[in-house]
Amino acid sequence: MKLREIAHSRTGDKGNISNISVIAYDPAQYPLIEKYVTAEKVKEFFSDIVKGEVIRYTLPNIGALNFVMQNALGGGVTRTLSLDIHGKSLSSALLNMEIPNS
Amino acid sequence: MKKILIGSGAGYSGDRIEPAVELAEKGNINYLVFECLAERTIAIAQQAKLKDPNAGYDALLAARFEAVLEICHKNKIKIITNMGAANPVAGAKKVKEIAAQKGLAGIKIAAVGGDDVLAVVKDGDYTLMETGEPLASIQDQLVSANAYIGAEPIVEALKNGADVVITGRVADPALFMAPAIYEFGWKMDDWNRLGQATLFGHLLECAGQITGGYFADPGYKDVAGLARLGFPIAEVQEDGSFVITKVPGSGGEVKLANCQEQMVYEIHDPKSYFTPNVVADFSGVTMTEVGKDRVEVKGGAGRPKTDSLKASIGYRDSFIGEGQISYAGPGAAARGRLALDIVEERLKLSRVEYEEIKLDLIGMNALHGEKISAGYEPYEVRARVAARTRNMREAVRIGNEVETLYTNGPAGGAGVFKSAREVVAMVSVLVPRSLVHYSIQYEVL
Repeated sequence: MKLREIAHSRTGDKGNISNISVIAYDPAQYPLIEKYVTAEKVKEFFSDIVKGEVIRYTLPNIGALNFVMQNALGGGVTRTLSLDIHGKSLSSALLNMEIPNS
Repeated sequence: MKKILIGSGAGYSGDRIEPAVELAEKGNINYLVFECLAERTIAIAQQAKLKDPNAGYDALLAARFEAVLEICHKNKIKIITNMGAANPVAGAKKVKEIAAQKGLAGIKIAAVGGDDVLAVVKDGDYTLMETGEPLASIQDQLVSANAYIGAEPIVEALKNGADVVITGRVADPALFMAPAIYEFGWKMDDWNRLGQATLFGHLLECAGQITGGYFADPGYKDVAGLARLGFPIAEVQEDGSFVITKVPGSGGEVKLANCQEQMVYEIHDPKSYFTPNVVADFSGVTMTEVGKDRVEVKGGAGRPKTDSLKASIGYRDSFIGEGQISYAGPGAAARGRLALDIVEERLKLSRVEYEEIKLDLIGMNALHGEKISAGYEPYEVRARVAARTRNMREAVRIGNEVETLYTNGPAGGAGVFKSAREVVAMVSVLVPRSLVHYSIQYEVL
């Protein structure tokens, strides 16, 4: 299934670093996203866009993962050539990721 | 138990005006805070101030104060904002002028300065946090340097009876923390309360992003009333616990999902969110829906602040030239690709000098690149060329080569847009806290 079926997401930017949350709609499904949406998978998913490392932080209390992606915004909001200077649309890309049902 | 209500009147410099009016009229709030200062805004404001000593504050400062000042005065709501940008004193004088025009009396306005550290860093030995390069490498291009100062000067201004506090660069959450520190007398080394205060500051600072903005996804996350989105209120208790809510009847919603997304927004390690006042820890935060449009938030914690303050450095970086042209109907994508190929070859033939280039087909790959976007073919596309150059002359040539596609490129090229601009970019350094001294100047009417 698509990640979008069980999780929602929001992107933020600081300089050339993008962070994307992935949050389970239902806390019962948090273990599923924790198991399958790993830093390695996200790094591979964004391999065209993210040039630096991807670190994942977990916030089980609110059913959330936080992916911090270095060198991800073409130099950052103030100098990038990208149309999406903040990388705000990246969350929508990630929700299209395929993950197993269980 | 004593409780204060803090409203968030704007989440960025260009934000909507009326939600703040609604908060002031119907929100029963004690404080109205406007966070309006993006990283680069202050560098641009600094350039404006160099040309005109009375300029350099936020472009919408007058419009926002004209909209809310009278209501806030009537309802005894204090206003805190970083709309002073590069010139808080001029901003405070403008607010005084507006108050006088409206016939208001008994208003004390504080202008907080001291964030400008250009003189401090200019000749110092600093390393750019982003690249590890010495600051000296951009010495000749420096425009501005502003330290993120904490809540202290705002708390002091409130103690001295200020009704309006206008700052330049201050850590965004500090704008919201200050009223609680002042009202409840929280100690500046009560790290857990300051951590919790950072949390409500962080949740409120983007205004509509916690009440349903930047959230709706029809069929998955439906939000009603985004055209009249209500801005958030934090009801803060003396122990630091708080409820996020909004004005009843306004658009949007305050639910767990909004609050969860906004808590993780623009943070990195949730255990270490660095601010000038505390290293906040959001890892133990819990959220509970306690009523319609009411989410209670607990568990923010903190550790002692660090010895340094982050400073944003603005510098003249480069120029960007850009052009766009649209194609539609059968074969639109192929014509868009041909357009990009032609421009790329033209830039070589005519020896346009650029350092970096991006060739996009808006509608196909502009936002997520080829790999993620593969497999979709739209009815229309917009070819976009953007390139970085060393000077304005070369930047202008980028858009020109897109424009000439009208008569020299693929069939049916439509709606050209072109632009060329100088880029003032931002980097950061850490400045020893001991080198940054705030100042407060008052205007009284």
